Amino acid sequence: MGSSAEFFQHLMNGMTLGGIYALIALGYTMVYGILKFINFAHGDILMVGSYIGLFTFDAIRGQTLGPWTIVAFFIAMLAGMLFSAGLGMAIERIAYKPLRKATRLAPLLSAIGVSFILSNMAAWMWGTKSRKLEYPFDNTPLHIGGVSITPHQILILIVVIVMMVSLKLFVDKSRIGKAMRATSLDQDTAKLMGIKADRIIAITFAIGSALAATAGFLIALEIKVYPSMGTMTGLKAFVAAVVGGIGNISGAMLGGILLGLLETFGVALLGIPYGLRDTIAFVALIIILLVKPEGLLGKVEKEKV
Amino acid sequence: MLNFILLILIYTGIYALMAIGQNLITGYVGLLSLTQAGFFAIGSYVTAILSVTYGIDFWITIPLAAIVAGFFGLVIGLPTLRLKGDYLAIATLGFGEIVRNILNNWDKVTNGPMGIQRIPMISVFGVRVSPYEKWGFLVLVWLFVLVGYLLFERLAKSRIGRALEAIREDEIAASSMGINTTRYKVWAFVFGAAIAGVAGSLQAEFILSVTPGAFTFMVSIMVLCMVVLGGMGNFKAVILGAFLIQFISYFPQLVGLSNVIPPQFKQVLFGLILVIMMIWRPQGILGREKRNAPGSFFRKGGRS
Amino acid sequence: MILLETTKLTRAYGGVVAVSEVDFQVREGLITGLIGPNGAGKTTLFNNMTGLDTPTSGKVHFNGIDITNHSAHKICRMGIARTFQNIRLFKELSVLENVMVGLHFTTGKSPVTGRIGAAFHSYLRAREEYELMHEQAMKWLNFFHLEAFADELAKNLPYGHQRELEIARALATSPTILFLDEPAAGMNPFETDSLMKTIRRIRDLDITVVLIEHDMKLVMNICDTITVLNYGQNIAQGTPTEIRHNPKVIEAYLGKEEA
Repeated sequence: MGSSAEFFQHLMNGMTLGGIYALIALGYTMVYGILKFINFAHGDILMVGSYIGLFTFDAIRGQTLGPWTIVAFFIAMLAGMLFSAGLGMAIERIAYKPLRKATRLAPLLSAIGVSFILSNMAAWMWGTKSRKLEYPFDNTPLHIGGVSITPHQILILIVVIVMMVSLKLFVDKSRIGKAMRATSLDQDTAKLMGIKADRIIAITFAIGSALAATAGFLIALEIKVYPSMGTMTGLKAFVAAVVGGIGNISGAMLGGILLGLLETFGVALLGIPYGLRDTIAFVALIIILLVKPEGLLGKVEKEKV
Repeated sequence: MLNFILLILIYTGIYALMAIGQNLITGYVGLLSLTQAGFFAIGSYVTAILSVTYGIDFWITIPLAAIVAGFFGLVIGLPTLRLKGDYLAIATLGFGEIVRNILNNWDKVTNGPMGIQRIPMISVFGVRVSPYEKWGFLVLVWLFVLVGYLLFERLAKSRIGRALEAIREDEIAASSMGINTTRYKVWAFVFGAAIAGVAGSLQAEFILSVTPGAFTFMVSIMVLCMVVLGGMGNFKAVILGAFLIQFISYFPQLVGLSNVIPPQFKQVLFGLILVIMMIWRPQGILGREKRNAPGSFFRKGGRS
Repeated sequence: MILLETTKLTRAYGGVVAVSEVDFQVREGLITGLIGPNGAGKTTLFNNMTGLDTPTSGKVHFNGIDITNHSAHKICRMGIARTFQNIRLFKELSVLENVMVGLHFTTGKSPVTGRIGAAFHSYLRAREEYELMHEQAMKWLNFFHLEAFADELAKNLPYGHQRELEIARALATSPTILFLDEPAAGMNPFETDSLMKTIRRIRDLDITVVLIEHDMKLVMNICDTITVLNYGQNIAQGTPTEIRHNPKVIEAYLGKEEA
């Protein structure tokens, strides 16, 4: 295998991983943009969405692979997305909304509580053993010029690109998207302009949670589904959001892809032991916080005095 | 039964030390740190490695456990404490995971997931303090809690504690009052880490072994719950919180229902405690302690 | 004598220039007023002189020392104290403690040299230190007739008293210069009157006062010299009478006569 083929192989792997991070990072960044608060339970919403997707898929997929299994896969994904969207809105309503005027610490602590409730409820109800999500298609890798690409990777790339483009269009062009941006700039003024800020916040949670569920369901094919699957993935996606510039949607996409590439190339080229792969993200976080705390595309936020 | 209550009280003591540290960081300075488990692990491993591999006495390892944990507090605190509070939560959460990751993978020193066994017992003037005789160990642990409480309570009541509270209330105003906010935050973080290191050291001596699996995120959450439940900014309250959380934790076993009640039940309860307390009683059971004049080390006279 | 001085101080946020090449002087012993329409850059200038913000270009000198890049706590320790436009008290601390925080660094002197020594001293002699700080803090509360509120939480204080407490807290740092950012904002005429007297009393303590204020009656009454900012630029300075008749100032406030 030539070294350029090897390079493209890692690039491909890094892009798919990064796409997943980006999808999750979007939820963190959108919520932060509006409420200036980190939704700690985001990774666990991802986990719940993956379980719902898994259950749906198992119930409807049938035995033989074929076009129907692929359709069933997308139906299951949609089910996970919808459930997560509802869950995200419910969490916001119950655990965060009463704390909007409280100290900064309060919603953070509440969110940690929610995260802990979700992951342990899942372990309680569905057991701690990881469950396998069957491939809806034959996942034999295709070889293109020395680079091996699995149909799974192609699926991830397609879904990620579709999601990102539609989100970007939604936020930039639609009425609700514009209201979202207005709310994140200045909630009080947005309210005066007749924007129902509470509704916008609920929608933001719904969209972010649905994207996380999508990401969870997509990686579940590889890493299986288990109660703590959202913790590390969620943390890394948060790092991606910070690297890109928290509160910035394009930044989350960029940060996700960069982090995916960094992890893949870090292990492959820099010889970082695979067991320490998870630490790469946090070293990246510390470095970005030291060098460019506002992130690559973020704005410097100065508290008004 | 009695044995079981003693066990709960010993764990209450060990966790109370961590809660005292967390209270300084979260209750006083208002910073959300999620890594007491990480410093706890560091303290445990320092004692385990030094006493098993190098045959060093416990009483020498315990200050070293505090220093090493404090040093890591400095390393993690310096870059993150300059920034807004939210980042600290994530960075410390990540740090806790990194510690566990390293403990699991650095086989040569930590023996990987197997951990380190056969830690020699503590001896005080030639008398062994065995974890099997719980009364002795209980007294030892609570002596540490008493010393920790007195030291931290006094720090909090001094001029320095007032500066920490000012930082929590308004960092910009505090810096305009001549307070070097970054330095104070970092030091509070270092002290909070150091006392968790001491707790870890005691835990290693109580279990007589250390494994990475004992230092999960759950530990940090429990400590956080202790502070939130008891009352942020009140050292007595967080010790009460430590007891309540440990009691909840061992309740199924205490009443012999551990087969009926799944282990996740208490963890769901911890999560609920955080949410419910934040919504209905953010000040905790006892609430913030009213500040008053500190007692004197050198002069007679109580609190005014 | 010029105590504090900015030279060609500019602060731009991205493309927006909030303060542009401003030369501003504070003379010792005088009450200096800084006025101008909303958004003229007055608070930005304050922030850049007190270390809460760093100029894009230009310098700030205090007693001949370049303090342009000093951090806020360092500047405070050199003798520059301030209050804030939107009151920033330590809300959950008592009124007394708010002032004690102001005394924080002047009290941190130790017979043992060095910071660590000072920290140990504070720790071991916490009670003596408390009594010392208590006594000094009460003096400042007395200065504002706030002693009855000493044990109240700062957030429970009436608005006018909150403004006074913020000044008391700033004075506790023993400043040479005191910056007041809109001290009369939200006050009724009676409170404003009393504030005017207070500011004169502060001047009598040999403290140089610089204030941003929209209340023209107050400014014209107590200021010895006034500087006017408009669109981030220094457009005039002089005595109240000179400022009152300066056509540029009148234009800035009333707009150009149309037609």
